[in-house]
Amino acid sequence: MRHLLSTRDLLRDDAIALLDIAEDMSEVQNREVKKLPTLRGKTVVNLFFEDSTRTRTSFEVAAKRLSADVINFSAKGSSVSKGESLKDTAQTLAAMGADGVVIRHSASGAPQVLAQSGWIDAGVVNAGDGTHEHPTQALLDAFTMRRRIHGDAARGRDLEGVSVMIVGDVLHSRVARSNLWLLETLGAHVTFVAPATLVPVGASTWPVDIRYDLDAALAEVRPDVVMMLRIQQERMNAAFFPTTREYARQWGLDDERLLALRPDSIVMHPGPMNRGLEISSRAADSAQSTVIEQVANGVSIRMAVLYSLLSGDREARS
Amino acid sequence: MTTTLIRGATLPDGTTTDLLVADGRIAERGTAIATPSGARVLDAAGLVALPGLVDLHTHLREPGFEQSETVLSGTRAAAAGGFTAVFAMANTMPVSDTAGVVEQVQALGESAGYATVRPIGAVTVGLAGARLSEIGAMANSRAAVRVFSDDGKCVHDSLLMRRALEYVKTFDGVVAQHAQDPRLTENAQMNEGALSSELGLKGWPAVAEESIIARDVLLAEHVGARLHICHVSTAGSVDVVRWAKARGIEVTAEVTPHHLLLTEDLIRSYDARYKVNPPLRRDEDVRALREGLVDGTIDIVATDHAPHPEEAKDCEWDHAAFGMVGLESALSVVQAALVDTGLLGWSDVARVLSQTPAEIGRLAGHSHSFEIGSSANIVLVDPASSSAFSTDRLAGKSHNSPYLGMTLPGSVRHTLHRGYQTVNDGVVVDAGEVAAAAMGVARG
Amino acid sequence: MARIVLQNSDIARALTRISHEVLESNRGPHDLVILGIPTRGVVLAERIGAQIRQIEPGAPADLVGSLDVTMYRDDLAHHPTRAPQRTRVPSGGIDGKTVVLIDDVLYSGRTIRAALDAIGDLGRPRAVRLAVLVDRGHRELPIRADFVGKNLPSSTDERINVRLAEIDGSEEVSIDLATGAGA
Ligand SMILES: [Zn+2]
Repeated sequence: MRHLLSTRDLLRDDAIALLDIAEDMSEVQNREVKKLPTLRGKTVVNLFFEDSTRTRTSFEVAAKRLSADVINFSAKGSSVSKGESLKDTAQTLAAMGADGVVIRHSASGAPQVLAQSGWIDAGVVNAGDGTHEHPTQALLDAFTMRRRIHGDAARGRDLEGVSVMIVGDVLHSRVARSNLWLLETLGAHVTFVAPATLVPVGASTWPVDIRYDLDAALAEVRPDVVMMLRIQQERMNAAFFPTTREYARQWGLDDERLLALRPDSIVMHPGPMNRGLEISSRAADSAQSTVIEQVANGVSIRMAVLYSLLSGDREARS
Repeated sequence: MTTTLIRGATLPDGTTTDLLVADGRIAERGTAIATPSGARVLDAAGLVALPGLVDLHTHLREPGFEQSETVLSGTRAAAAGGFTAVFAMANTMPVSDTAGVVEQVQALGESAGYATVRPIGAVTVGLAGARLSEIGAMANSRAAVRVFSDDGKCVHDSLLMRRALEYVKTFDGVVAQHAQDPRLTENAQMNEGALSSELGLKGWPAVAEESIIARDVLLAEHVGARLHICHVSTAGSVDVVRWAKARGIEVTAEVTPHHLLLTEDLIRSYDARYKVNPPLRRDEDVRALREGLVDGTIDIVATDHAPHPEEAKDCEWDHAAFGMVGLESALSVVQAALVDTGLLGWSDVARVLSQTPAEIGRLAGHSHSFEIGSSANIVLVDPASSSAFSTDRLAGKSHNSPYLGMTLPGSVRHTLHRGYQTVNDGVVVDAGEVAAAAMGVARG
Repeated sequence: MARIVLQNSDIARALTRISHEVLESNRGPHDLVILGIPTRGVVLAERIGAQIRQIEPGAPADLVGSLDVTMYRDDLAHHPTRAPQRTRVPSGGIDGKTVVLIDDVLYSGRTIRAALDAIGDLGRPRAVRLAVLVDRGHRELPIRADFVGKNLPSSTDERINVRLAEIDGSEEVSIDLATGAGA
């Protein structure tokens, strides 16, 4: 694998290979010595044009556990915020000898532009671009589901027949998009539930069922997985829905809806959560919730991705 | 003054003729014209002669954005593409909203000499959409402005649009509307649909264009004014214009070459060369636009030549500028999309790329029947050639062409503006030579 | 042109001998951990573990594990990305134990160097021993095997092929002139 830019073009076998490597990485996380020498001498740059301490830290831990050197290059206080172009930044990083660039950017497609540009020869990992994709989040979500469902027998398995309901602001969610493509590839069945204002135009042509009524959808689908998406504060000013109270009432995973789930259904959230808005505290902290596991699994997945992109011979991968 | 004998050109109607050009005019036509002494002879065997092309929608960028294009470089690009007249859009800096600016632009065009430059005046002061600019002063200036447009921005205020349509009637002018509802397209990046949703690029719904066109044709009908619609890009827009024409409304419409050939699928690459306003649309839109041009719903092809420096495109999609250069490639793209597909013949091409745009812009001196005594604005095209489009074909300052690397048919061999050559054997003639020739015509 | 150097019965005999030698040097089966290096070393480790349990019925049931060394290799950048394989340590861990590493072929010694690093990150064994089916020479590091099924002097342009029934369907060790790099 040369770059990880999206889950849409990830082949099933490659996706499963990544999940399997993440299983190995996860075992390393349970050892006393959590570090592997694998990427010693390699340099990974975290290029964050958008603030995200959680994702940046996760990649940083992953890279360090593989013994890579990590440089954090974030927008705040750097030349990036002073209008330096992506091109100049990329050429600077190339001059510093970056082997891998983990990029988070508010502009959709920026990681692909970087990967195609010729400005830098490094492997590029999309750590979230605009409203396009967030492939490592989808991989860690799939990893979390596979573990909960298949346990120790997870290796080599896909998610055939698993029913996943993704609820909330699908329109602005790169997590929803990346999850949809990956889950589809792995054989799961996806339902989006959202107010019509937060369903992307044209989504009816995607491999997904679209529902507006959460209670009806939960009752009929009886999903294995319910994934709640974060509602961003700025959406409220843009009239996508009238009030947060109305949103929470219609599309929030409250205590009543939690009780209505199958006892073995799992509850996921990519974080950070708005407790009391899209998810109640009880739902977030219940035994069905995987929120904390998702964070731990994030490190394993990102180790697997960095390993796959940076360990082998670059010529042979391209 | 040089005398030029064009030997054996094929006219748009398919007949073959010699054309003798002297003193900037067509002096003689027929077969086997004897070569006058000292005359330059252009062997036009196998070449199609078209009236010099007229572009109703060009961004020459001067004054203000000379790093992208100047009147000189933009008209060189025009000549390379077979154009002998261009209408220069008003979104310059300062904006072309006064007699002073439009006269300056026109004078720069005259002295460069590559093509006749007709400035377009802004509808509103500073393109701000608040107050009408001095339309009368521009109309009565030496630039004799007849086309008014806030292009780049939509005249969105309904009352202001009504007043503009009414007021330009006074001067036999026309308002060219850039139809784009600003609220529906805030921060929009590409055509809205499944693909924009997948790519995470903010959608630009077709209705944002169609609703403005619908309102404006009704306003034009109500006040009995002429209306021109810039760069129609959707199947729905074609339907609205078709309906308006059937109703007898005095509306004309243009389509760009790129909307006749390219679709939004190219944006999967996030290559900002494909970022344009209005955005590339779906395949069914391209088909509807071609049909509209064939059945006369759409009157003309106009380039919307929009040069940008490299740094404006070599970046993230969201941060890139809108627009493509189009003068140099227009004729090849029209040939690929319409002639080689059997939808239009060369006489139609002459109509949509020369005759009708000249009429809409009230431009004289562009004969379409090659009659003796008419001004010699002529382009000779080799339709049989085919090549990969490269920067060698670009004669302007900017290289933001979406066609680079694409194989396109046809090439401009010779362009004659007012009887002198601006392109000779596929090569743009030296600026000094063209300026001197232009001066000669002006004196003569 | 492949030449068979060990047949089915030769392999069985070699493993039996190694099993006895391991028990002898460890003075019994206690505090013993057998770790196979994937892929074929794991199969050999399973067989040796079974033999040890046969010889010493009191041997612990969870005696055999696998040790993947991919993440510890020093030549990752010279090959296409390798898929790592499973590491599984017997439930008693390795601290204070005698770990016997099992691999099919000992060559440059780099795999064993990586294995020693991997073991170091898993715990602190009392001793680490090495058993291999074939030692073909050409060491690049100061490493030697404690238990060897067969010493097989070879030249570097020859290839040693180990086939085991569980993986390859047949059972033999052969040697041939390689077209590419050695094993
Ligand atoms: Zn426009």
